[in-house]
Amino acid sequence: MSAKILEIEDLTVSFDGFKALNQLNFSMEPGELRVIIGPNGAGKTTFLDVITGKVQPTIGSARFKGKNLKALSEHQICRLGIGRKFQTPRIFLKLTPRENLSLSGNRYKGVFSTLLNKRPTGEQQTISGLLETVGLTPKADIPAELLSHGEKQRLEIGMLVAQSPDLLLVDEPVAGLTDEETENVGNLLLTLAESHSIIVIEHDMEFVRQIARQQVTVLHQGSVLCEGKMNDVQNDPRVIEVYLGEAPSMDE
Amino acid sequence: MLRAIKGQIQKRPRLFEGIGVVAIALLILFAAPAILTAMGQEFRVNMLGRFLALAIVALGIDLIWGYTGILSLGHGLFFTLGGYALAMHLKLQLPEGELPEFFTLYGVKELPWFWKPFHSFPFSLAATIFVPMLIAALLGYLVFRNRIRGVYFSILTQAALIVFFNFFNSQQKLINGTNGLKTDTAKIFDVYVGSDDVQRILYILSVVFLILAYCLSRWLTSGRLGRLLIAIRDDESRVRFSGYDPTGFKVLVFAVSAGLAGIAGALYAAQSGGISPKTMDIAFSIEMVIWVAVGGRASLVGAILGAILVNFSKSILSEQFPQVWLFFLGGLFLTVVTVLPDGFVGWLRTQGVDQVRSLLGRRRLLTYPSLAEDPEVEYERQNLRN
Repeated sequence: MSAKILEIEDLTVSFDGFKALNQLNFSMEPGELRVIIGPNGAGKTTFLDVITGKVQPTIGSARFKGKNLKALSEHQICRLGIGRKFQTPRIFLKLTPRENLSLSGNRYKGVFSTLLNKRPTGEQQTISGLLETVGLTPKADIPAELLSHGEKQRLEIGMLVAQSPDLLLVDEPVAGLTDEETENVGNLLLTLAESHSIIVIEHDMEFVRQIARQQVTVLHQGSVLCEGKMNDVQNDPRVIEVYLGEAPSMDE
Repeated sequence: MLRAIKGQIQKRPRLFEGIGVVAIALLILFAAPAILTAMGQEFRVNMLGRFLALAIVALGIDLIWGYTGILSLGHGLFFTLGGYALAMHLKLQLPEGELPEFFTLYGVKELPWFWKPFHSFPFSLAATIFVPMLIAALLGYLVFRNRIRGVYFSILTQAALIVFFNFFNSQQKLINGTNGLKTDTAKIFDVYVGSDDVQRILYILSVVFLILAYCLSRWLTSGRLGRLLIAIRDDESRVRFSGYDPTGFKVLVFAVSAGLAGIAGALYAAQSGGISPKTMDIAFSIEMVIWVAVGGRASLVGAILGAILVNFSKSILSEQFPQVWLFFLGGLFLTVVTVLPDGFVGWLRTQGVDQVRSLLGRRRLLTYPSLAEDPEVEYERQNLRN
């Protein structure tokens, strides 16, 4: 019924009385690239944990394309079309980038179809194309543990895309990257945003300014503090108080 | 010349692997017994047959532990169940109306109900594989679905082992308790199981089943499923977020590995004169894991080699040094764990070749494996140095 791709209502998650998320309301249109910022402990990662089924909400609900995600397990949510990239790159280190992508890109994820199905002919090309996109073609067949940090980040984004989800959740994609790599990842995300809905969680303000063409959401103490264009958010006194702190450095 | 062969092997790896397997199988089938007999060590042929059976369990352990990262310390259970399934059938090869002799000792007049289907040979064969598989699948499903992992799973497998051990030990009237079932004086197709002819056939069967088990394991671990198992081993929750439910995969592998243990148990029992609850000793199940650790985790050849080598050194050392052989064995395990954490085959695959080379003074600088094997880089290294 609703046209929203993601709707979150009154979401509260408490761990032993500590409310990591507190009556959070959030919604997002299909095709949007939304950046979520907020100081440490604002509940950004818990927010993703709830959407992907890692943590169950104490109160409230999360709906994806109108479907309640409560009581679904991680793999079911993934199959609905939500892909997640973790804060530290989590790829399968003993496998090659090509194999990593092929595992994520597999369309039939049951036990016997994984064992018995022939690989569709198009899959090889899709994967080669993806390797090209994330710039890993020369290193496609060495174990992923030999990749640099930035390459691992890009590979994980590639794995996300291979799943062809409708909604990508990307947690701090540029942590620990050089400026040049950061810009590459930024451009990669902007390209992906043309065909996917994306939520990016990020600390790096430079990077946020690069990619935040639309709405930015600020989380603070488990709820939404404010929402708006990057410029408005940046000048909002509440935001400056809780998060940006050193306002002068933002004016470069 | 060597390079040409290498090129051929790279072009058609499957074919060459197949040729290799067949060649080794023929060697074990014909050459090994002939050589051992010529050396006057005929009894070692039977020993080798038993160790080949043990190598089948080692393959199972490697599937579940080496590839999937689930440490089962209770495979003795599946091994023993397989052994009992075959031994029960052998025990029933009696004239109409007679009961296996131990029943009369305990005053049992009628065959317990669960013995009856074991009159059938096909049923018994199926039971050696499917009873362990079913039990493993059930146990695995309950445990894996509840996301019990790591050391907790290992403890649970040990607990299951002890439960069955105590049950088998205490049920004299059902399965002869501690004494187990003797098979060498039983008959199969009217020949004594302990006779040379039957033992020779069992030796051949051990080789055949080992090859089949190897092919099955190879098939499971080579394709996409194999890569997924490695992924589950290295980061299970990431696998969930990629849209796979690990439970089914883990149950499948655990059941397959239990089925292999069952086959191994049956072959082992028939070649060693019987089966008793002793094979459900905790130490034996841990030993199985050690074979794989010594040979090389996540390497099928390593598992097989490990099982055969450890068992042979065990029996040879115990003959030569009856007083202190356990120290040697302990030393071997400690060496492997500390010096070769990936086992012999793992070491060969990673640094082995380079270490041997550098010992011979032909060290090669390795920076980035892909670069080091890149012909262009190789060319630059050789021609642009000066």
